[in-house]
Amino acid sequence: MISGLTTKKIDTIEFGLLSPEDIRKMSIAQIVVADTYDEDGYPIDSGIMDPKLGVIDPGQRCKTCGNRVGNCPGHFGHIELARPIMHEGYAKVIHKVLRAICRECNRVLLSDEEITHFQKLFKRYPEMGQKTANLSNEILKRAAKSKTCPHCEAEQLKLKLEKPTSIYEVGEAGSVRLTPIDVRARLENIEDDDYRLLGINPDAARLEWAILTVLSVPPVTVRPSITLESGVRSEDDLSHKLIDIIRINQRLRENLDAGAPQLIVEDLWELLQYHCTTYFDNGVSGIPPARHRSGRALRTLAQRLKGKEGRFRSNLSGKRVDFSARTVISPDPNLSMNEVGVPDQIAKILTIPQRVTEWNIDEMKDLVIRGPDRHPGCNYLIRTDGRRVDLRFVKDRSIIADTIEPGFIVERHLANGDIVLFNRQPSLHRMSIMAHEVRVMPYRTFRLSLYVCPPYNADFDGDEMNLHVPQSEESRAEARVLMRVQEQILSPRYGGPIIGALQDYISAAFLLTRKSNLLTKDQVNQLLATADYELVLPPPAIKAPVELWTGKQIFSIFIPEGINISFKANICRKCTVCKREDCDYDSYVVVRDGNLVFGVVDEKAFGAGEPDSLFHRIIKENGPTTARIFMDSVGKLLVRLITDRGFSMGLNDVTLPRAASQRIKRILSDADQKVNQLIETYQRGELDPNPGQTLLETLEQRIMATLAEARDSAGAVAGEHLGLENTAVIMAQTGARGSRLNLSQMAAVVGQQAVRGERISRGYVGRTLPHFERGNLGARARGFVTSSYKSGLDPIEYWFHAAGGREGLVDTAVRTSTSGYMQRRLMTALQDLKVETDGTVRTAPGRIVQFRFGDDGVDPSKSDHGRSVNIDIVIEKVLGKTRIE
Amino acid sequence: MSKSTKSKKSTTKSTASTKPKAKPKKPASTAEESSDKKTTKAETKTTTSAIDKHMEKRFETMREERRLPPKVMTELVTKVSNLGVTKKEFDDICDNVVDSYERSLVEPGEAVGTVAAQSIGEPGTQMTLRTFHYAGVAELSVTQGLPRLIEIVDARNNPSTPTMKIYLDNEIASDRSDARRIARDIEMVLVESVASNVSIDLLRQAIDIRLDPELMEDKGLTVEIVATAIEEKIKGKGEVEPGENVIFVYPANDTLAELQRLSEKIREVRVKGINDVTHVVIRKESDGYILYTEGSNLQDALEVEGVNPHKIYTNNLREIYQVLGIEATRNAIIKEAMSVLNEQGMDVDVRHIILVADMMTADGNIRQIGRHGISGSKNSALARAAFEVTIKHLLGAGIAGTKDPLRGITENVILGQLIPLGTGSIDLLMNPHVPVTQKKTKK
Repeated sequence: MISGLTTKKIDTIEFGLLSPEDIRKMSIAQIVVADTYDEDGYPIDSGIMDPKLGVIDPGQRCKTCGNRVGNCPGHFGHIELARPIMHEGYAKVIHKVLRAICRECNRVLLSDEEITHFQKLFKRYPEMGQKTANLSNEILKRAAKSKTCPHCEAEQLKLKLEKPTSIYEVGEAGSVRLTPIDVRARLENIEDDDYRLLGINPDAARLEWAILTVLSVPPVTVRPSITLESGVRSEDDLSHKLIDIIRINQRLRENLDAGAPQLIVEDLWELLQYHCTTYFDNGVSGIPPARHRSGRALRTLAQRLKGKEGRFRSNLSGKRVDFSARTVISPDPNLSMNEVGVPDQIAKILTIPQRVTEWNIDEMKDLVIRGPDRHPGCNYLIRTDGRRVDLRFVKDRSIIADTIEPGFIVERHLANGDIVLFNRQPSLHRMSIMAHEVRVMPYRTFRLSLYVCPPYNADFDGDEMNLHVPQSEESRAEARVLMRVQEQILSPRYGGPIIGALQDYISAAFLLTRKSNLLTKDQVNQLLATADYELVLPPPAIKAPVELWTGKQIFSIFIPEGINISFKANICRKCTVCKREDCDYDSYVVVRDGNLVFGVVDEKAFGAGEPDSLFHRIIKENGPTTARIFMDSVGKLLVRLITDRGFSMGLNDVTLPRAASQRIKRILSDADQKVNQLIETYQRGELDPNPGQTLLETLEQRIMATLAEARDSAGAVAGEHLGLENTAVIMAQTGARGSRLNLSQMAAVVGQQAVRGERISRGYVGRTLPHFERGNLGARARGFVTSSYKSGLDPIEYWFHAAGGREGLVDTAVRTSTSGYMQRRLMTALQDLKVETDGTVRTAPGRIVQFRFGDDGVDPSKSDHGRSVNIDIVIEKVLGKTRIE
Repeated sequence: MSKSTKSKKSTTKSTASTKPKAKPKKPASTAEESSDKKTTKAETKTTTSAIDKHMEKRFETMREERRLPPKVMTELVTKVSNLGVTKKEFDDICDNVVDSYERSLVEPGEAVGTVAAQSIGEPGTQMTLRTFHYAGVAELSVTQGLPRLIEIVDARNNPSTPTMKIYLDNEIASDRSDARRIARDIEMVLVESVASNVSIDLLRQAIDIRLDPELMEDKGLTVEIVATAIEEKIKGKGEVEPGENVIFVYPANDTLAELQRLSEKIREVRVKGINDVTHVVIRKESDGYILYTEGSNLQDALEVEGVNPHKIYTNNLREIYQVLGIEATRNAIIKEAMSVLNEQGMDVDVRHIILVADMMTADGNIRQIGRHGISGSKNSALARAAFEVTIKHLLGAGIAGTKDPLRGITENVILGQLIPLGTGSIDLLMNPHVPVTQKKTKK
């Protein structure tokens, strides 16, 4: 039961058409009445809702199979059509085939030599790996060209297909419509071998079956009627369509029997054809779609299958599942990255089937006694005879608990340590579904560690996530080994960690490890205790007058031994000559044998999505478990540190001294003057155009450049007054959040607002807003915002800012849909590719696409940022080892 | 491009030989062990030449065994050679490198296609939609970002902004005037673009083409050249009479309609340059002058004198396919897709893009990713129906009596079966102890 042996597997599926005999054979009732229910509300026999077709009302039994709703699969009926009807979807094929066969003897219009030639090719093509469909197309084309039949020498006429379902024979006297009866007669006469040549497999489908003489009526279970609250029955669209067909069919039959005039018969026949066509596909071009009384187009067979909401994409390729939960997410820094906090209310509903053995029988009994309402309990019990006991309705659970013996299955509540799958949509990459260990918690949100926000692309502004509980032992093992968060730290996209520190973790790490930070013994103890560190303290860096430890020492405790790496931190100023270890800003990071010797820890050291970082080295050298422990314990410590210290940002952080503000004002007014000068030279016609640009383009470009430069220098002025004591600056510099640009926009000047990469120019005739003169090309009139966010924008600036912001919103909306479609196409094109045991990459039918994946057979997620082997590290490791020896 | 061609060539070679060599791996490794023993014996003599010889020998055997990809091999050789290591250290390094490489290999069953699709699709959400100016060349705008990426995977027949990058022959690469001359040879000049006015002179029953002397000078043209170009194009449909900065064309059939038609035609006559190249920009780069073009015509550009045919490049994949063949196209797809992603600051492993490129070019033609290419030519009717144009595929399968072998992913998902990928690609059945099966059958 837990891992039921599934040895049966569907091996192939064959497609084909139903012959009229097949349809009659599988039919349980002939349908002749174009009505549903009688006055008493009972279905009419031989009507469209004939009780023999299955049951849809709960409580009733099927007249055919005796099952109740849910178990009765439904049964087909049939309608005998008074006149044959062409199947709309095959009209094109029928037309093509008719053109390729003789109108008299109905043989393929190819000479015997040609036929034998093609038959040989038919045998050869599959061996060459070619598709015979191409060959059939060739035959259809060639046969259609011949004017006389090589077999009976009859002259051939042109055939015209008038969409959707009429075929005309164009003779010299004019065109004559071929009735479905004529067409069917010709198709019936085609030999099996000829059908094969034309790409039709007569064993599965003869084309004349596409001219319907009998119409299959789907079971009522396929088209259930809905009873509205008022008690009025509302029929399914398919039923409506079937009623139409039956009604017209009966009328046609009556008229035929009565010997009605040709004209009336033909009209009715045409109408029947229309109803059948729309019954199959209500979106055929050339005819108006059949509509519901309310004017809504009916959703008939083709519409049920097609498109995103169709059967294929929404029910067959995607399935609804049990054992899942969804709720809002919220952060919990005390969780390990492997864990997920699950609300106890959810844990009491989701269950895991656990087989009772002699080793866990006592535990299981306890669970049963606790029952469905107290948390580590159990909802159902499955006895060895397969009977399921719902513990909600058991009066005395201790009696039931006593009956438990090995072999029972207990469906127990989700409990701490269980493995579950956690997912956030859109699932763009495999890290969008990862396995977490459960921690049952109070309150009603899923709790997750902040480290997993980047792979899920989650934040906590109301995001919801899904949780799935694997039910079999195999699936749990696979989830734990392959899908656990720690196994997913390295992204297959670029071979670096996608999981890592973010925001406050980074700020805190900087505060901890910067040179000026010294900690007393009490502080050190406090911090290390939160990180669950239980070993001896390292010797203090300063022994007298008080013992003090550096932040680097504390951080080093958690770096595993043997880690060696040096890199430039995010706070690096990118000096022309790098002083490396002697960096004035302590931005050259050196880790030797797991000790942070120089430099500060910031985004470059352990940020999310930073390849070649300290964290990356730790995973590569010591594996995911060590890396996870490192991250978890450092994270706890850093959160403690930053909560103790406090870290915030306020107005003061973006307030500049008066002198600086005045300098910025001057810079901006200078820039404005320069722009005005440029406009003047342009208006005088003295501006030299850049090569390949018009004068106006040149002017725009120069103005943009001037204003950008002004914004940059204003930002630089602001930067001078915002030092590393400023929390906003710390965040920007360490890469925790925000950028220098954001800062200068807050403190100094917001800058140019752009739409489509250009200054804003649309709005009124010749001007952006009525506040300006027509043709004003000045900075302010075209969306340059001289205020800062701190000082506030005036209404005109605010308007331009909104225009720029709106473009961004529209852009994201458009982008998500186009990129989503691209990804879907990439996915369907590539999903069958797999690495075989011989190392080749092949498609599903076994075609080789690559002899080795990526030309070197390296898995990007196991590579070191794309490199298969990091030779430098290897050399360092070997030489380091032997030198120590 | 040359770089990637190289790697492709060498790897195809190596793959060809690794397959048959997969079996006799054991004897190869024992040979390695014996050579290791030799070295330990020889170590007592430690002379520098002995180490060098030993290193040479080991490298040689490693190259023959092809245990490492050539790129790693060369890196190893260059890095170890000047290190001055002892024999033991050297052997340790080599063993470590081979070991580390083999540990990084893909595992059988890995869903490389899915991972590649995700790795390219996921950053798509973060890319820009706008067309940006080409890096460095402000005058040329080139489609970038998501639209360009879609264009590449669609294998469009006419990309929205085709451009060429043309290098000059080595001797004249740093000569500005030569670059100018070749640029003029390449840039397409129409009569329209050098004429100040093209009108119909009803009095003389002629077409009156006024040429702009300044423009003519700039393009290095004379009236005669323009006249002959027109004459060639209209071929006897009229007489061409060149004058001073003016050309009259007297049509043979002087009805007004003919005059009008001819004048339209004459406007479009190409006087100079190659088709479709509407604009050429000259830029000086570290290795001489380089021409960037707007519009692309690889075939004709290759024939222009002074152009370095080994380095010429176009971003039009179809053209590369027609002129240079499928392997070049594969490399171009990789290069183009990679440059789009890098331009946007997306870090994506090449191997994913290589897979897409190989898939698109696997059968010798460029096939687009999508319903008219790879997804539309899948074997399974169910898989095709689940993608796009559902009805057509189902009806087609019905009439052809298709058998679906159910080897793909979508088909098995539809049927609710285990998919043949990853852990699902392995069949493992366990026959548990007899009593357990008895219990099962009891149920």
